[in-house]
Formats: sequence, structure tokens, C-alpha cells
Amino acid sequence: MARIIGGLSASHVPSIGGAIARGEQQTPYWKLFFDAFIPVHDWLAREKPDLAIVIYNDHGLNFFLDKMPTFAVGAAHRYDNADEGWGIPVLPSFEGDAALSWHLIESLVADEFDVTMCQEMLVDHAFTLPIKLMYPRAGAHWPIRTIPVTINSVQHPLPTAARCWKLGQAIGRALESYPKDMKIIVLGTGGLSHQLDGTRAGFINKEFDLLCLDKIVGDPEALTRYTNRQIVELAGSQGVELMTWIAMRGALQGRVSKVASTYHVPISNTGGAVMLLRNDQTPARHAAE
Amino acid sequence: MDDLYGIPGTPVFGGAQAAKGYALNKMCFDFNDAANRAAFLKDEEGWISRYGLTDAQKAAIRARNVLQLIEAGGNVYYLAKFAGIFGLNVQDIGAQQTGMSIEAFKAHLAAQGK
Repeated sequence: MARIIGGLSASHVPSIGGAIARGEQQTPYWKLFFDAFIPVHDWLAREKPDLAIVIYNDHGLNFFLDKMPTFAVGAAHRYDNADEGWGIPVLPSFEGDAALSWHLIESLVADEFDVTMCQEMLVDHAFTLPIKLMYPRAGAHWPIRTIPVTINSVQHPLPTAARCWKLGQAIGRALESYPKDMKIIVLGTGGLSHQLDGTRAGFINKEFDLLCLDKIVGDPEALTRYTNRQIVELAGSQGVELMTWIAMRGALQGRVSKVASTYHVPISNTGGAVMLLRNDQTPARHAAE
Repeated sequence: MDDLYGIPGTPVFGGAQAAKGYALNKMCFDFNDAANRAAFLKDEEGWISRYGLTDAQKAAIRARNVLQLIEAGGNVYYLAKFAGIFGLNVQDIGAQQTGMSIEAFKAHLAAQGK
């Protein structure tokens, strides 16, 4: 059976791509953020996940306002990155797993999550940079297969935190019912607090970010009680990317243990955060095995 | 500006803004393509005339004014591609919107980590 071995959340600001391209990982501005991945690299080398479900938000590379899905799932054999307009390098293509994608889609729709199915999907920095951070030395071929899952964060109304939590739970149920042996890591990328637009641009809420980092481990349902208005007020208009963290956490069904966590203000306009969670086996799963 | 949530200084891009800004955002979405960015730089007026922008949207594009672009229905994710043509990043557009210098805006970001 497929097993979800862990969850990783990380900020995905485009300037990470610029910092990598210029080799600035060890400069004072970036060192804390990049060094947060050292224990992540150790864990990945040990655990060797086969596939990553990447829950993220598209920033106007793949989806436009003509058709804006609330939730979309990739069902392609390959996902390409592309020019996003601001000059960060385009990364090599990512191998998909279409068979698992269709299983995931069938399970989600049966579970009343009526997702948009995408056989072509360009993946933007929110998808590519966390994978690059996980595997900084990868060349033309990534050592992991991927399936993208997007949550609309562009055009309100956005799904609620509670809905994203339930989506994550449904993703978890779908993956763990897949009969093929494989190890899966679930990513939620974005955040934490930031606001790019309006006269409150530059808003960062360290106190709220630290609360989220605490709750996401041991009491994630506390975060699902915020309304979207509250999240925008507390985390800024783009802080709604917290939804991806909540969905990631929903997919981890058992108790979790924190393997690594970092928080540092600022990277670009945001509170830069990284967290790796190990998905511990539940008693129910032990019994079932 | 869209007052969906009524949070001061915080635009919320809902249906009304998405409808109002459709042409502007479409033009900016198309700036994902390097050929379109080059075409804009070569003949700005000719390029924007293809998209059916309102006078307010055209004026905001000419002025490179982010708050005006948002007021005219622009969404910051698409506008960022317009800003990218001029090599402007999110600190540059943050400084412009808040009326700070770039250095003051960066200091403001860092101060919130204390």
C-alpha cells in the first residue's frame, strides 16, 4: 500500500529562485532560510520518498480569470515550468504519475470534492522552488515524481480554511487507499504572512505566523476556525496561502512529529517558514496492516 | 477599491474587481510570454490598444502606478508580470504603494521580525 511518510511546508517566494541562480544561499540575508533545509535533505536521503503531492497556489502562470478552479489536480505524465515574466530561471520538467492522479481524482470526487482535472498544467514557482529546495543538486532529472494540486488564492471567494483542511483529509484517504507500494510526501507551499498590494503592502505578522507554526503541528483544527476575512486581516491578503499548509496537514492522518522547523523575517516580503513533519503510524493503521 | 472585507489598505480581489479588471489582467497575464513583453516595450500604445483597456487602465499603465492599477481592477499577481518588464520586484512595488523609499520599505519588513 502507498504510505504518506511526511509533510513539508515552505515559503515559495520567487526571489528564492533568484537567490539560487546568483548563488546567494550563504549570504546573511538568505542563510537561515536555506540552512533550514539541511535536516530536510538528511531526512529525504534516509526516507527516499517516491512521490510528492504538491499543494500550492498558481500565481497566473497556468490559470487565468477566464476559468479559475477552486481546486485542481494534475493528471499528466509530465509538468513543465515556464517563463513567469520576472526572469527567474525555468527549471527542468517534472515527471508525473498519471495512474495515481486518476486514483486521487476518482477518490476525491467520490468523497464530494469536485476537482478540476488537468492533463496539461504549467507549474509555477510555488511548485518548483520547494522541490528545488528539497533537491538542490538535482540536474535535468528530479529524484521524485510529482502531482500538483492547486488551491485558488487569486480570486475571491476562496475556499475556507475548514474546507481546505477537509480537502487535505480526503487527499490523505485517497493516497492511503492506493494499492501500489510507494512512499509519499505531501507538500503545502506558500506563506506565511505577507501582503503585496495596497497601502498595507509589506505587512508581516510574526506573532500570528508563530502561532500557525505551533498549531499546525499539534492542533491544526484551531486554524480551520478562522474565516477568510480573519486570515486576510491577520496574515495579509496573500497570507491566505496558509490554506496550503492546512491542506497538507489534513493529509497527515496520524500523530505527527516535527523533524525540522525554521522561521525568519523577512525573506522578500514574507515571514519565511519551513517545516518538516513526520507522519507517525496510527494504531488503526497498525491493526490494518 | 474592492472593499469586500473592509480592512484598511487591503484590497480584496473579488468578482466585481475581476470583472472590472479583466482586460487589464489579460494583458498582464500575456506578459508571461517574452515576445509580448518585447512587443509592449517596442510599441506601448499600439500594444495596449489591442486589449480594450478603459481610459483609467491605460492611464495607470502609462503612469506605472500600482495603486491606480489595483483601483482599475488589476490583480497583484498579474500586475507583478507588468512590473517585471521594468525589473521591479515586490519590494519596489511595496515601496511605491506605501510612499516609502526602497530602503525604508526593506527596513519596515525587517523591523517586523524583531
